[in-house]
Amino acid sequence: MGITVSIPTAFRRHTEGLDRYDCPATNLKELLDAMETRFPELKPHLRDEDGKVRRFLNIYVNDEDIRFLGANYKFSEGDEVTLVPSIAGG
Amino acid sequence: MSTQVRYELRCRECRTTWGNQPVSFCQKCFAPLEVAYDLATIRQEISKDEIARRAANLWRYKELLPLPDRFESSLPVGFTPLVKATTLGEVFTGKSLHSKSIYIKNDAVCFPSLSFKDRVVAVALAQARNFGFEIVSCSSTGNLANAVAAQAARAGFKACVFIPSDLEPAKVLGTQVYGAKIIRIAGNYDHVNRLCSQIADKHPWGFVNVNLRPYYAEGSKTVGYEIAEQLGWRLPDNVVVPMAGGSLITKIHKAFKELAELGLVESKNVKFFGAQATGCSPISTAVKAGRSDIEPQKPNTIARSLAIGNPADGFYAAKTIVASGGWAEDSSDPEIVEGITLLAETEGIFTETAGGVTVGAARKLYAQGRIKPEETTVLCITGNGLKTTDALAGRFETAEPIPPKLAAFEEHIGRELVNVPAGGD
Repeated sequence: MGITVSIPTAFRRHTEGLDRYDCPATNLKELLDAMETRFPELKPHLRDEDGKVRRFLNIYVNDEDIRFLGANYKFSEGDEVTLVPSIAGG
Repeated sequence: MSTQVRYELRCRECRTTWGNQPVSFCQKCFAPLEVAYDLATIRQEISKDEIARRAANLWRYKELLPLPDRFESSLPVGFTPLVKATTLGEVFTGKSLHSKSIYIKNDAVCFPSLSFKDRVVAVALAQARNFGFEIVSCSSTGNLANAVAAQAARAGFKACVFIPSDLEPAKVLGTQVYGAKIIRIAGNYDHVNRLCSQIADKHPWGFVNVNLRPYYAEGSKTVGYEIAEQLGWRLPDNVVVPMAGGSLITKIHKAFKELAELGLVESKNVKFFGAQATGCSPISTAVKAGRSDIEPQKPNTIARSLAIGNPADGFYAAKTIVASGGWAEDSSDPEIVEGITLLAETEGIFTETAGGVTVGAARKLYAQGRIKPEETTVLCITGNGLKTTDALAGRFETAEPIPPKLAAFEEHIGRELVNVPAGGD
């Protein structure tokens, strides 16, 4: 069981330069817990003091915004998770 | 801010400044960046008289735009008409209005590509050149692609734009004609936008609405400057603004605030009203629920230019609306079509589906009493109806041709005359 997280350039100074992170998490909470443990400097950028995902952080599973999948969405083997620090466009 | 630099990037949340570089979010806290100005210095250099002496285009507000030193443009973008819309106002209110109370800001005729996106692209490309980009790009619901393609052709950039696969044919053709490369994405705008964020993270391209976004967005302020100047250097009571990513409404607010700070207009609490399509209404839904946090939606509307389910500035748009005492409304697909035809039949302005959204929402805001007939209200019409004629497909009959003979005409007109609408002023 494992998923792969694509880490954007802006986050890499907190991830020892890693651009991909393989993780056995089965849901979003486990993923964020694992990333915060593995990359402590990233922690304040992922969730706020109340444990909510930061307002400007966008998380996608494969091509879908995780907010459409639900907070309890169970990852499948091989899921690709993409982090976008602040969505632009418009 | 150093004395040489009139503007620089500043984080909208933690207020850290970042100088000038092609980046859209704070490298410290990852919130969006915007351009902050040295208004104290600008105040010494700008005056209504000086602005009035300049050519009628958006460069007349150059001190308030993030332009490179010695930047000169020959492209007369902006300064679109602000027209009274008395007949439309009568439909909205059911009675005669004070003649100056409702206006259309008509960016359906913005130069060169017939939407307000010409404004933002003009500013973005000035910085694209400054930062040394050779390829310019964007994620687009259509109008932006048109504007990037047109201005890139003239300025000598290579253009490669990304669009959802279901865009209106006229908007696709209106990009291709300028020689731009189009990449169609099998997905909606939010898919396109996410991909562009990833590409911009990896490739040295000037994405006008990604890595150049803070500069690009400042171009929208010129809608606000022009409204104020065209009203005789005063602010309206209300503005009604269509919302996709939510940037335009926040930038008109910024423009009004800057003009007041510079002493060019009297300070006033303008109410901001946002308009969305019912089938893509994450911002208006948030406003109606009394919150500024945005829940994304999957768009399903004929107003494709507004079909952004995860709006980058949704949070700030909702906050701006609520803080001003304004409101947000949405228009269904039939109401959008009705809005298009109503504006055309009353004011002779043919707008695209986004304009239909704005007219439909404004009608509701008047009916609800949130906008009062005696107040000065400006409706922002941001795009041209010739780009979305498919929204009106089947609505009008194609008349049978008649022979080129006077007798045939007489017979025809005798039959048809009752159906000819009366002209009006």
